[in-house]
Amino acid sequence: MADQTLEVENLHLWRGEHHVLRGVHFALARGACLEVCGANGSGKTTLLRTLCGLIYPEDGRVLWNGENVRRDLRAFHAALAYLGHEPPLKSDLTARENLHYWIGIRRQLSAEELTAALARVGALSFCERQVRTLSAGQRRRVALAGIALLAVPLWLLDEPVTNLDAEGRELVAGLIGEQLARGGMVVAAVHQGLPPSVRNLTRLELAA
Amino acid sequence: MSPESHAGHALAPVRTSLEPTAETAPAAPAADAFEAARLALLRDLQLAFRKRSQLIQPLAFFAMVTLLFPLAVSPELSRLRELAPGVLWVGALLASLLAVEFLFRDDAYDGTLEQYALSGQSLTALMFAKTLAHWLLTGFPLALMAPLAALSLGVSASALPGIVAAVAVGSVTLSLIGSIGAVLIFGARATELAIHGAPAHAPLELLAALAVLGTTLAPLAAAAAVRISLE
Repeated sequence: MADQTLEVENLHLWRGEHHVLRGVHFALARGACLEVCGANGSGKTTLLRTLCGLIYPEDGRVLWNGENVRRDLRAFHAALAYLGHEPPLKSDLTARENLHYWIGIRRQLSAEELTAALARVGALSFCERQVRTLSAGQRRRVALAGIALLAVPLWLLDEPVTNLDAEGRELVAGLIGEQLARGGMVVAAVHQGLPPSVRNLTRLELAA
Repeated sequence: MSPESHAGHALAPVRTSLEPTAETAPAAPAADAFEAARLALLRDLQLAFRKRSQLIQPLAFFAMVTLLFPLAVSPELSRLRELAPGVLWVGALLASLLAVEFLFRDDAYDGTLEQYALSGQSLTALMFAKTLAHWLLTGFPLALMAPLAALSLGVSASALPGIVAAVAVGSVTLSLIGSIGAVLIFGARATELAIHGAPAHAPLELLAALAVLGTTLAPLAAAAAVRISLE
């Protein structure tokens, strides 16, 4: 566990005629955060989805602890948490039920842990309500609780601060800070930038 | 992490004051494949009972098709009896397809399938759980409704157990969408034989064989389909 790294070598990806990823190259060590910036359509989401193996790049590779992730994709997936720009929540279930199923499918989870995570993101007051009745910002808080609960070394977050108020953005910064402090890594796609309180940050600027 | 510049993107350290400190917290024990499949099944069942309209719609559809059919064609019993197997099975197939759409559409939209694919669990096991949920929510109730529909099509009461068995077993494969065409052929044949009072063992056994084959292969195919659709 001591030398966890995420290395990305020379990723190339075309979408039809459009050359989206043009030789993306970076390395991330324990406790480091990568902020992926760029205009709409510059390939931030595509890069995240390529990193986690949902999309096959035409060229280049992703190395986790020095091993090509394609060699054991499931082991890599067990080490990562991906949050797309829509929180993966069922609108007919309550926030708590959602986390119970979503996180429980991946790891053993006690009710106390669940409650603590909901409290951490300020979701205790609305966690028994069906997600359809929650605001976009409240849903994002619930999703962030889920990411934290997964307790995995690598977070891939797509626009984590969208829909959040100032306090919510600081919450994201705090959660990322905790993840980095325990030696985890974070890759966050953000078009506005992460809050300034996130330390140990490298920025990757994608050109449109 | 050296700052590098490449065609198309630039890499730059921004704030680098904090040193990574503590050892990684001990990872939480992972859920095994059985537990993951159990939770995926329970999630779909709980969702179905929360959203009853989606649960009832395929069944209501099946009831309408089979009950209204005699009105549309002719109330002549000999003729209805001849058409009964086809009507029952086409009704069951369409009802089953209606429910499949409900089962996967929402998961595709809200990112649940993505989370399944990235869960580190066997996607095949999770797809098996979804298929089982689908059968419990459609195939099983359809089998219970089949006698009612068969009676309205002029089928004699003695044929009903055979029809229930045929629909129950055949709908497993409908749920697995393995070989829809084959299910229609053998399912209709088994139903027809049951109606004529002939032993329907052979087609029933074929249906069971298809169900077993589908159970082993279809979740694999479903998992591959999900991976492709997410790209």
